[in-house]
Amino acid sequence: MKILVALKQVPDTETKIKVAADGKSLDATDVKWITSPYDEMAMEEALRIKESRGAEVVAISVGEDRTRELLRNALALGADAAVLIRSAEAGDPLAVARILADFARDKSFDLILLGHTGFGGDHGAVGPMLAELLGVAQAHVVTRLELGEDTFRAEREAEGGFERIEGSLPAVITAQRGLNEPRYPSLKGIIGAKKKPIEELEAGPIESTIRVSTLTLPPARPEGRKLEGSAAVQAESLIQLLRNEAKVI
Amino acid sequence: MIIVFCELKDGRLRKPSAESLSEARRLADSGGLQVAALFAGASCIGSEEAARYGADLILQAEAPALAAYSSDGFAALLADAVQARRASILLAAGTAMGKDVAPRVAARLGAGYAADVTGLSLAGGRLQATRPMFAGKAFADCEFTSPIQVATTRPNVFPVAESPRPLVQEALPAPAGDFKAVVKELLAKSAGKVDLTEADVIVSGGRGMKEGANFKLLEDLADALGGVVGASRAAVDAGWGIPHAMQVGQTGKVVSPSLYIACGISGAIQHVAGMSGSKVIVAINKDPEAPIFRIATYGIVGDLFEIVPLLTASLRGQH
Repeated sequence: MKILVALKQVPDTETKIKVAADGKSLDATDVKWITSPYDEMAMEEALRIKESRGAEVVAISVGEDRTRELLRNALALGADAAVLIRSAEAGDPLAVARILADFARDKSFDLILLGHTGFGGDHGAVGPMLAELLGVAQAHVVTRLELGEDTFRAEREAEGGFERIEGSLPAVITAQRGLNEPRYPSLKGIIGAKKKPIEELEAGPIESTIRVSTLTLPPARPEGRKLEGSAAVQAESLIQLLRNEAKVI
Repeated sequence: MIIVFCELKDGRLRKPSAESLSEARRLADSGGLQVAALFAGASCIGSEEAARYGADLILQAEAPALAAYSSDGFAALLADAVQARRASILLAAGTAMGKDVAPRVAARLGAGYAADVTGLSLAGGRLQATRPMFAGKAFADCEFTSPIQVATTRPNVFPVAESPRPLVQEALPAPAGDFKAVVKELLAKSAGKVDLTEADVIVSGGRGMKEGANFKLLEDLADALGGVVGASRAAVDAGWGIPHAMQVGQTGKVVSPSLYIACGISGAIQHVAGMSGSKVIVAINKDPEAPIFRIATYGIVGDLFEIVPLLTASLRGQH
């Protein structure tokens, strides 16, 4: 079985977001970069499949120089190969999906795993787009995955519960929290990864379909009000305020 | 033309779809466009309701093969409809289904896609979208550069507006049904409850709940308010058996209800990112210095185990 795991490098989730001088991008000063948490789950799932039934795992990322660090970590975790595709189009999910599809096409991957969304862009779109571009099945926002010979069964979050999806391989599966608990790389893995090569490619010319024109911070919420009095008085005044002032109940 | 992919539940138009339709009508009026509502399923009974929210045309794909949702099947159907009608814009509600199918359709059409938009306008006939990024820590204005534009609207943001049109219905050709992946079963965890992202009222608990069993207090309050229960990451990670599907925050659900009641939640950056879009925030916490009070519309410094049952009892007394 051949598995492609697509990883995105994102700002740490505790990052305080600042807008850059151009008014439309993230100020990357002081940003700590991590592998998107859902992509770590995709990687973990690939490693578990490799361990249980044997698989060749290729890690890929669309990024820049600093993204090598993320791929080095993927190798340390157990990926067999790592590919960096340089591109400045990381803001457009369709551009990223096209770059990944161009790489994956003709390489006969049975399974493509990635996180259901990458922190930052928050489109949650690359997985379904990649599935469409490759003409394969998808299961998006998956919390459970079982593989057959040429089939898969997956559970995904839906309104008020979970959907069970059945489909054929090859497929694109996007990971949601609950799928597994990602491991840390072993010392042996980290040392071994230093000797493994990272293949570097340039993305072909890709036209973007959407771009950010301005990035702003949300307006500060107006100063709130602390309620006074005994518990019973506070509870009663809250209900009156919600009903008569805020009019939300 | 703007096509809006609409969802039915129990023969009724789902509220997030009514929101998308209402917004499509508003956009169409600003740009002299028509609105078509598209329904797909084994039955489209109930789709007439779309005319009330401004659909000039109701497209119905009714076939046994569409009884169960399929990403690839529905995406092909939607893309065919967009091309056949020469629509320039496709909208869907940002529901589990909408966010599953819309990006797939966009890829099929070579169209730009914006997820979870909170504001839309037309400029030179093209869509412009405002949307949260970094889980709501920032907002982006986006310009599309593709001839066709696809977006999902974030639930609970766009108002539902009635704008009745005469009922015009057309059937769409039924697909063959050789789909690559199909939903086989819905495993309902909480029957009849709406999803957090669509809920109008959310009562959330954090570390201050002390143990999982205490979430019963929040369920009672949520029931009295017609809302649903959420949780902070601290509560989900505490090993109390609170499922991740209930988590509100940057690594959970990003929500925008009318009313968000945070009980025993300190207000960590990653939680606030997921709920600061709520219209009214109530914080109940015994620590007066908790950061949650900085964003709360109404704050109660006190013991949630005392306050929450008082709220529930008072609300029940009114009914």
